[in-house]
Amino acid sequence: MGAQLRVYKRRIRSVTATKKITKAMEMIAASRVVKAQRKVAASTPYARELTRAVTAVGTGSNTKHPLTTEAENPARAAVLLISSDRGLAGAFNSNAIRAAEQLTERLEREGRQVDTYIVGRRGLAHYNFRERKVVESFAGFTDEPSYADAKQVAAPLIEAIEKDTADGGVDELHIVYTEFISMMTQTAVDSRLLPLSLEDVAEESGAKDEILPLYDFEPSAEDVLDALLPRYVESRIYNALLQSAASKHAATRRAMKSATDNAGELINTLSRLANAARQAEITQEISEIVGGASALADANAGSDN
Amino acid sequence: MAADLHVALVAADREVWSGEATLVVARTTSGDIGVMPGHQPLLGVLESGPVTIRTSDGGTVVAAVHGGFISFADNKLSLLAEIAELSDEIDVQQAERELERAKAEGDAHAERRADVRLRAAAGR
Repeated sequence: MGAQLRVYKRRIRSVTATKKITKAMEMIAASRVVKAQRKVAASTPYARELTRAVTAVGTGSNTKHPLTTEAENPARAAVLLISSDRGLAGAFNSNAIRAAEQLTERLEREGRQVDTYIVGRRGLAHYNFRERKVVESFAGFTDEPSYADAKQVAAPLIEAIEKDTADGGVDELHIVYTEFISMMTQTAVDSRLLPLSLEDVAEESGAKDEILPLYDFEPSAEDVLDALLPRYVESRIYNALLQSAASKHAATRRAMKSATDNAGELINTLSRLANAARQAEITQEISEIVGGASALADANAGSDN
Repeated sequence: MAADLHVALVAADREVWSGEATLVVARTTSGDIGVMPGHQPLLGVLESGPVTIRTSDGGTVVAAVHGGFISFADNKLSLLAEIAELSDEIDVQQAERELERAKAEGDAHAERRADVRLRAAAGR
């Protein structure tokens, strides 16, 4: 076998192995998307009822709560970025990081100091590499977040927002995550969790035009709101984690699908080249044999004379 | 009597139970409260404790609820809890073991959780 042909054969073997791996990863991601979507759906009733309750307290009482009133001069804001622990997901992480950076820039332009909180190793690596300060980071659960994980993430944020700004607390809480719109479309979005704007909440729950009944609060509207808002934040963070997980798996599936397709194409091209190389080799051998035979014949004819 | 209550018992990651009921008894921070059809709209904070639901077909559903909210309006009652388990799902032996361990370690939260589980299991 000629050297050229051997090189092609070796490359075909290696690309075939890669294709097998990416194909397997694609199928794993596809099954995980379905699972993650199911989790998003399972968490919806809780989120919906909680949102309804928050709207009910917010509109049904004149309670002024620090978490629902906007500070006059917001000085510090917390930004929670949700990225993933692992890459191989196309532009998933860079889109989320870019959205977080745009938000940070906007907040800083408006004169706010930004505290960054990060979920996922990829986002943390990006910030560490640029030596930017990260207040707290979490990792290890982005593929399959549980409610306990969301609580763990929410705890320092709730603590920060309850503190006075002078003591290192924050006035606002923003979250950047990747919204799962469909298998093909996921977009990085940012939204402000706190202070709560009741119009947005009402719109989200689809209850804008619904007239809420006059509730009796047990024990009191303030206490209910006190207990409700941290749960609301946790549930929103949980939802964001789940959506990001689903989006990450969908992005991985897409990235791996195109990797598999590309590998297939590469294998086709390489086999054509290998075939051509083999054919060229055969042709050359034939012409060498023919050339050699005629040279011999010529020599024999010469000696006969 | 008015139509039955529609009850939804929802945990953070799943819907635990839903159906029609005639009476729901739950423990709020200011005491036990019983809700029957036609009750005034209500929104309360729940203590961790067992919740008893008397279903329309005469059965009883008991669930252990660890903190959360009760909200009632238009004959629709929702019980929201971070963690909620039906009494049938509770493994009594495991809960007892957890209670022992929590007592030994002096973990008040875990002790309370295990205690609520056991009481819910006893009430089934």
